[in-house]
Amino acid sequence: MRLFFILYLTFLAMSSMATTWTVSPSGEIKTIKKAIQLADKGDTILVTKGHYKEGNIIVAKEVVLIGIDYPVIDGEYKYEVFTITADNVTVRSFSIINVGISSLNDWAAIGGENAKNLYIANNKIERAFFGIHLANCKSSLVENNTLTAAAVAENTTGNGIHMWKSDKITVRNNTVDGHRDGIYFEFVTNSLIENNTSKNNLRYGLHFMFSHDDEYNENLFMNNGAGIAVMYSRGVTMRRNRFEENWGASVFGLLLKEISESMIEDNLFLRNTVAIYMEACSRSNFRGNEFRENGWGIKLQASCDDNVFEKNNFIANSFDMGTNGSMTLNTIDSNYWDKYGGYDLNSDGVGDVPFHPVSLYSMIVEKMPTSVMLWRSFLVFLLDRAEKVIPVVTPENLKDEAPVMKSYDISI
Amino acid sequence: MISVSKIEKRFGALDVLKSISANFEMGRSYALIGPNGSGKTTLIKSILGMVVPDSGRIEMDGESIKGKWSYRQKIGYMPQIGRYPDNMTIGQLFSMMKDLRSDCKAIDEELIEGFGLDKIMSKRMHTLSGGTRQKVSAALAFLFNPKVLILDEPTAGLDPLAVEVIKEKILTEMGDSKIFIITSHILSDLDELSSHALYLDNGSLIYNDSIALLKEETGEIKLGKAIATIMRRNQKNVIV
Amino acid sequence: MIKIAKYVLLDILRNRFVILYTFFLFLVTLSMFSLEGNSDKAILSLLNIILMVVPLVSIIFTTIHFFNSYEFIELLLSQPINRKAIFLSEFSAVSIALCLAYVIGVGVPVTLFSQGMDTVYLIISGMLLTLVFVALAFCASVLTRDKAKGIGVSLLFWFYFTLIYDGFVLYVIYAFNDYPLDKVTLALVSLNPVDLARIIILLKLDISALMGYTGAFYKQFFGSSMGIIYSFVFLLIWAALPLSISLRKFLKKDI
Repeated sequence: MRLFFILYLTFLAMSSMATTWTVSPSGEIKTIKKAIQLADKGDTILVTKGHYKEGNIIVAKEVVLIGIDYPVIDGEYKYEVFTITADNVTVRSFSIINVGISSLNDWAAIGGENAKNLYIANNKIERAFFGIHLANCKSSLVENNTLTAAAVAENTTGNGIHMWKSDKITVRNNTVDGHRDGIYFEFVTNSLIENNTSKNNLRYGLHFMFSHDDEYNENLFMNNGAGIAVMYSRGVTMRRNRFEENWGASVFGLLLKEISESMIEDNLFLRNTVAIYMEACSRSNFRGNEFRENGWGIKLQASCDDNVFEKNNFIANSFDMGTNGSMTLNTIDSNYWDKYGGYDLNSDGVGDVPFHPVSLYSMIVEKMPTSVMLWRSFLVFLLDRAEKVIPVVTPENLKDEAPVMKSYDISI
Repeated sequence: MISVSKIEKRFGALDVLKSISANFEMGRSYALIGPNGSGKTTLIKSILGMVVPDSGRIEMDGESIKGKWSYRQKIGYMPQIGRYPDNMTIGQLFSMMKDLRSDCKAIDEELIEGFGLDKIMSKRMHTLSGGTRQKVSAALAFLFNPKVLILDEPTAGLDPLAVEVIKEKILTEMGDSKIFIITSHILSDLDELSSHALYLDNGSLIYNDSIALLKEETGEIKLGKAIATIMRRNQKNVIV
Repeated sequence: MIKIAKYVLLDILRNRFVILYTFFLFLVTLSMFSLEGNSDKAILSLLNIILMVVPLVSIIFTTIHFFNSYEFIELLLSQPINRKAIFLSEFSAVSIALCLAYVIGVGVPVTLFSQGMDTVYLIISGMLLTLVFVALAFCASVLTRDKAKGIGVSLLFWFYFTLIYDGFVLYVIYAFNDYPLDKVTLALVSLNPVDLARIIILLKLDISALMGYTGAFYKQFFGSSMGIIYSFVFLLIWAALPLSISLRKFLKKDI
């Protein structure tokens, strides 16, 4: 089968009038550097199984680099491994280990600069400083890579998949575990992040800034040091992602800061300290999400306006919503709240009295954080009950006029 | 011998005992008499150490009882109203008391039989009538063969038969080596049972001497009449 | 002393109330665990009940028991037994009975569902709370002369520790919100056994993350072994202090 595959690749290369070079420890060409040097534009270089220590490999030619049986490329903790500066480069099926750590340079297992049409796939990257680092690249695809690091401190680890100032990038089916930030996007536009798993990272599972008109779908973000941060962007779509177990002081399932005209739909937020923390967000839509077993469902700062929260499920959260203001300019409509104690006389599935998702105590805590020490005391229980009967402090207009009686069937 | 000297006790604004001094000597039986609220029970409880006097001294066999407890080995006490743990049976109560007083070997169970308590040993305390409880209290007071017996209203609430049983018991126990202190409203009972009388009124000891002398002094044959004379005399003194 | 305690204990255990209490706790615990899938959540819901019911039942039951056994104490006092022994036997018997009820009613079913350190803390602090409120009840009973007053004072104690005190704390936080209050509130927490127990358990359940900076500060303090020793010692002091006050008072009390 593998032989057939090689033959097929050879045939492909030949058909486009390109040459195929084979690198092997016992063969004629012993180093990748040598092969790149020999190759012409459009050639394919096959690297067979072995342990290669070649320092920094600069790929400045349009070549296709393919590992056979995962050859190990060792950075000896001293170098960036692949540095791609040409367009149309493929780096596929390598096992890249021990990338050098630098406080000055963002050394990566696979770095790309000012290039387009890159294809980085099926690599296994272990103990990298940065994993895959693209700067100023275009129309590239990063898929099926596995990145594992054992981050201890933030300054000795870089990000897993790091994208800077790029356009039309697709990142899909990758797994990032134990880096600083799992996936990092800064100034990246028109891109897609799909079906990745980002977990156990020291800082953010996804760190996303100044990146407009991007979409990320069906990713799993789990147990990251500070959760996920999506900031200073507009036109972001987030669908069917899972935000799980992002737990700890100032850890957020999803931190949204200055996000506008975005769509957060059909996501699952499970057991996060704060499922969504939002600050200065506007004109965004939150629909069909499930908030389950979080400390706070949504912490909505008063600086947010014109957002719509509809048809979400709020189940078993300690606090469904918290806010620091007395006024709110957002719309909350037709959600399911498990804490809803109202009735539905005409049996149309919609509760007849509105639901106030912000409890008095959550307001108190927001204003006076120290008062959290009274959490779950009898006093707090009584205060909340009294406020429910006669609301005095909680924002009167922050309410769901049509809370539904049955939870939505959301399967993610 | 028990000696009480100059004990005083106040409950709030109320002077319950006003400098009471008295000696209780071996071989004598004292009737403690006085109207309701005159301080009889407080005096008894002071001797038992249940009430701590504000001042004064109580000695038993020459030793102060203050802060002590072992002297109570020598005392048997029958309270006015005996109440016991509700869920205990009579049998359990007696065996508990024996267990707590395992130091005492000379057990006197005569009254248990005399009252027929041995036939209802498995009855729980809360099912008992007031009279039966009194019987239990009396039996407990005599159980450890004490030298001093303090009986607070021993005949109240008892049926005539039981009254006879307890009177007989007191008379047979009386002897040179025992002290009896008995309070009762039924003076005719005390007439039979005691040799000396202490008359308390409003916290003061009005009379303290032998009953024979009292009768002689007042020219009455019955204790009740003699006491009434004393009471009258006392009231006159108050007026004067 | 052990003999007396044994008899008092037997008497209490024969009482239907303690059995009912045990059964109630057992039922509540079981239903919490069957309603809540997550054992942390169940312990959290259980916590509310424990913090309310255990002190209330402990203090009221003990007060009623004390006044009901007044005559029994009187009987014992007429015997050659010293007062201290009588008092301490009463205290230990009631404590043992109520702790036993708690361990059987809450401890056993909880251990069936969850075996973490939080469970251990839940059991220990529940027992310590029981001790504290039994001691407070003795205090209330010895300081008053009749049952109605005694129960009144006991209820006041309970009300104070479960509600009024927290209101006071909230007021302090409100009034001095501009100042760093974490250490102050830590001291305030130590002055209320109910708060102390609540926070120990909350922190053990790793809810501290929800509690922000204050939570982190408390976690750092109570999370250390010194903090744990501190809090349990403080709870013990909370039991010992009213106990010694009431003992001193009882030694002089006219029965």
